[in-house]
Amino acid sequence: MSLLGTHFNYLAVVVLMMIGLFIVFSSRNLIKRMIGLAIFQTSTGLFYISLGKVAGGTAAIRLDAASPEGMALAATLDQAYVAQHGVDGVVYSNPLPHVLILTAIVVGVATLAVGLAIAVRIREAYGTIETNEITAVARVDAAGAEAAP
Amino acid sequence: MTGDDLLILLALGVPLFAAAVTYAVGRMPDVRETMTLVACIALSIITISMFMRTGAGHPPSLVLAEPMSGVEIAFRLEPLGALFAVMASVLWGVNSLFSIGYMRGRREPHQTRFYMCFALAMFGVMGVAMAANLFTLFIFYEVLTFSTYPLVTHRGDEAARKAGRTYLATLVGASVVLFLPGIIAVTALMGSSTFTPGGLLAARVDDGAANIILLLLTFGVAKAALMPLHGWLPSAMVAPAPVSALLHAVAVVKAGVFTVLKVSTYIFGPELISTLWAAQLILWVAAGGIVVASVVALTRDDLKARLAWSTVGQLSYVTAAAMLPWANGLIAGGLHMVFHAVAKITLFMCAGAIYVATGATKVSEMEGLGRRMPVVFVCFMLASFSIIGLPPMAGMWSKLLLVTASFGSGAWMVAAAMIVSALLSVCYLLPLAFRALFPPMAAPVRDFVRPGGAPGLAVAAIVITAGACFALFVLADAMAAYLEPLRTESFVEGAP
Amino acid sequence: MTVFDNLYVAAPALTAHAPILVVLAPLVGACAAALAPGARTGWVISVVTTLFAVWMAVAVAGEVARHGVVQYAMGGFAPPLGIAFRIDALGAGMGLLVSTMGFLGALYSGHALASEIDSQKHTLFQAGYLLCVAGFLGLVFTGDAFNAFVFLEVSSIGTYALVAAGEARDRRALPAAFTYLIFGTVGATFYVIGVGFLYGATGTLNMADMAARLGTLGDSSAVQAGFAFIVVGLGVKAAMFPLHGWLPGTYSTAPSLVSVFLAAVATKSAIYLMARFAFDVFPQTTTFGGLFIKDVLAPLAAAGAIICSLQAIFETEIRRMLAFSSIAQVGFILLGFSLASAAGMSAALFYMFAHALMKTALFMALGALAISLRAKRLDDLAGVAREAPWSVAAFGVGAASLAGVPLTMGFLAKWRLIDAALGAGAIWIVATLAIGSLLTLVYVGRMLEAMFFRAPPPGAARAKEAPVGVLAPLWIAAGLSIWFGIDASLPEAIADAGAAALFGAPR
Repeated sequence: MSLLGTHFNYLAVVVLMMIGLFIVFSSRNLIKRMIGLAIFQTSTGLFYISLGKVAGGTAAIRLDAASPEGMALAATLDQAYVAQHGVDGVVYSNPLPHVLILTAIVVGVATLAVGLAIAVRIREAYGTIETNEITAVARVDAAGAEAAP
Repeated sequence: MTGDDLLILLALGVPLFAAAVTYAVGRMPDVRETMTLVACIALSIITISMFMRTGAGHPPSLVLAEPMSGVEIAFRLEPLGALFAVMASVLWGVNSLFSIGYMRGRREPHQTRFYMCFALAMFGVMGVAMAANLFTLFIFYEVLTFSTYPLVTHRGDEAARKAGRTYLATLVGASVVLFLPGIIAVTALMGSSTFTPGGLLAARVDDGAANIILLLLTFGVAKAALMPLHGWLPSAMVAPAPVSALLHAVAVVKAGVFTVLKVSTYIFGPELISTLWAAQLILWVAAGGIVVASVVALTRDDLKARLAWSTVGQLSYVTAAAMLPWANGLIAGGLHMVFHAVAKITLFMCAGAIYVATGATKVSEMEGLGRRMPVVFVCFMLASFSIIGLPPMAGMWSKLLLVTASFGSGAWMVAAAMIVSALLSVCYLLPLAFRALFPPMAAPVRDFVRPGGAPGLAVAAIVITAGACFALFVLADAMAAYLEPLRTESFVEGAP
Repeated sequence: MTVFDNLYVAAPALTAHAPILVVLAPLVGACAAALAPGARTGWVISVVTTLFAVWMAVAVAGEVARHGVVQYAMGGFAPPLGIAFRIDALGAGMGLLVSTMGFLGALYSGHALASEIDSQKHTLFQAGYLLCVAGFLGLVFTGDAFNAFVFLEVSSIGTYALVAAGEARDRRALPAAFTYLIFGTVGATFYVIGVGFLYGATGTLNMADMAARLGTLGDSSAVQAGFAFIVVGLGVKAAMFPLHGWLPGTYSTAPSLVSVFLAAVATKSAIYLMARFAFDVFPQTTTFGGLFIKDVLAPLAAAGAIICSLQAIFETEIRRMLAFSSIAQVGFILLGFSLASAAGMSAALFYMFAHALMKTALFMALGALAISLRAKRLDDLAGVAREAPWSVAAFGVGAASLAGVPLTMGFLAKWRLIDAALGAGAIWIVATLAIGSLLTLVYVGRMLEAMFFRAPPPGAARAKEAPVGVLAPLWIAAGLSIWFGIDASLPEAIADAGAAALFGAPR
């Protein structure tokens, strides 16, 4: 149970990841597969963000330690801990994963756009977005290639 | 560029040029065939000149390119290679004479492709003969394989294609899976694969590696038709007779046994060979192959198939000679390579001439034919004498040397196999000649299907090679002396 | 890289920024091509920018040859905090490969596209192509693990669109592109997860920095998980058996230009990145990585080499034959890779170069034939040698190199691979290579037999010889396959230097 307690975030990530992958590989509908892919990618984002979390840290936006917010934040933490992990008396979460995931989200959105665009074109060409029906048509195509070039 | 370089380039260039010209003038048969004959003569002159220089201790050599360090395309003559080159180029000429008669007599299609592939095959043979290292030898070995493939499938029907596939699959398969890894292993161990007098590997590698490399390099050369990789040879009999003559006497199989001899002489050396169990194993395989092939030859009614199986056995003679732990064996092997070539080409050309004249392919159909074609059958008998090893034919000397060398080095099973095989070859060759020349009764004799019988050019070629069988009987001693440097191991050492 | 030692091909000012210019040129070119007024302008932009990239890649190679490693910090932020390009001999060699293939592809696209893509879309297609080139170039130059992911996806997203553009000729391109997108994205995401683990363990994304910290960290389970995720993710991109499902459909239905470029570059870049992680980032002392490579990667590579060669033998569509052959060849390359030695890596790199050239020639030749002949099956190509001798002769050269015929680059590649395997005492790898080569011979023989020796079916549509604009790049690739088969000193030097950059032990 200690795993649940301390690594709850990672368990959530793994569950999300599996859900996403399962949809990607089990679904026949192209749109659903794209949704699964999006869930899978999002779980990665969550993984990075939770990696960058520093206990008691705040968002990495420059904060004056003497301001009321800074004081309030410092009050919740042990002074030695703040001295070790903080900058000018304020503890921040690691900002780098956030930046990375911003990039990854952009990449994910671009992939999603291309994937959906291809799905639209498939609908136009085959009249369906169900994988098994597409495969059936494609098999006819291939047989056509066999019979008459 | 010195004269030596030029000779090597010419030896490679003449057949290549001949192939190009043949292709260019393909529509004019007379010009095409004249060009082929001119090329044969030119090549013979070149190879004889190289032969002389090598004998005088100035072997031509040339490095053409070095694709990677330790891997170079280089040429260097030595006695065995020079002998092989002369044999191949002269027999190419004779075979071309025969081809012209045969192909015109049969009105075969695709004659331009036929002559072109012949020339390309000679290009491969020249490269094999002059190669200074295993890598170069391998390249030209493959050139030879691929250039003879269209010749094997010349007829173009399903049987020919099937034989062609067997041919390519066996030769290329063995060379890629066994021969090439062997070459790479030698290069990896020694830093190069150069043929070195006394043996490149001698006293430089441990026995385990040497045994494996010997097996790879011997069985990888499927052209030597060592059992169990002999199957391609009888099946390649679908080819026209001139091709069979080329395959079984001049180019392909002789390139195979030549490679085995070279590997034994210059990669291992007799001293190393004598310590290897792999060599003993190959000796046993060869001895078995000699007997089995002779027995199978006895059972074949198709003349060309019978000759093919006879070749399988005779090739194993040379392979066995290469594995004898005694330099005498190498010299005997070299001689046998030449003598068998001359005799076997005669036999195949006879088979071709009989086929053109009468359409007969089976031994049982040839009774009494000797009355109609006396010259051909007399030549057939003379060449048979040489194969069997009867005087006064050249084959006698090489067999004698082979048997004594085998006994002398303790390989009694090889000597026994050779004697048994000689007796068997009496049984599968001589009755044919005798029954054709002296039929037991006035049996019905086949008629000529071609008016006038065998083409004159073809008969002329047969007479030339049959005569050569006798001439070599006289010249055998000189040739053995020429090959003597194989034994002394000091050859080429001081040369540039 | 001795050849590049004394090569000063650009002004110092240009040379100083060459690493970024290599990537920027096609990137800017992509924007320009998208806005170009006509197909011809787009093509010119494509050719000019890729040629510039080649020039800069040569300049980078010269710098690397002189200084060992070239660092280029983006925006002046010094690594490990800032993102940096870090180019060693391996990266420089890959950069040369990618940019040269990009240039050949751009040159080829002039005529080849006309028959395959609606002329309205040419400029957009060129934009996608240049994006793809830029992505692969960035991938091989970057020194930052996450940055590598971004470049990987830049190239991949471009590729998905390009593959889908094949629908004009064969509508199966669309599902193929979709499958590729799913596979590719899952693979890339796996890679990101792996990088995340490593980042969690080391706190850095800079590969050199990561390597230094991993050296002191030892084998933790997070590091092991990261390694596994990265190898599997990149394995998908590299079409490592059995993660190759996307490749046959993609290669066989994409426009020929895309097949050319993907076959030449895409899988190789992924293998490059895999090598970077396996031998550079991960300390070679860790037993886990070594075991993974030896006990998992090598058997899979061998299985792929054999099984996919067999599939190629029984395939009837010629482009699918080549596609399966590509997977098998990836298996060969990974076998060299899995020896985990300088000799093995050098052989694998050499094989990559050889394979890039031969597959370029093969796919380009098929594209050249496709201009006049709508042929999919091998049988439709019976006897084309008589109608389009130059194209088919180039195909023959590529096929010879693929089969490992002596005097072609493919032969030396196989030679080096077997040599390396013998050196490592891995006899089973030698046997696999030998059998794989034999199987390769069989399907190459089938192709050549049909094209050269069989008579064309009566009444079939006939091929015409392709225009010079197509034949020129085709014969450059074929000619290089022969040239490097006779004098391999240049690719040999690059491969040796590349392997030495990873293993530090020159042969």
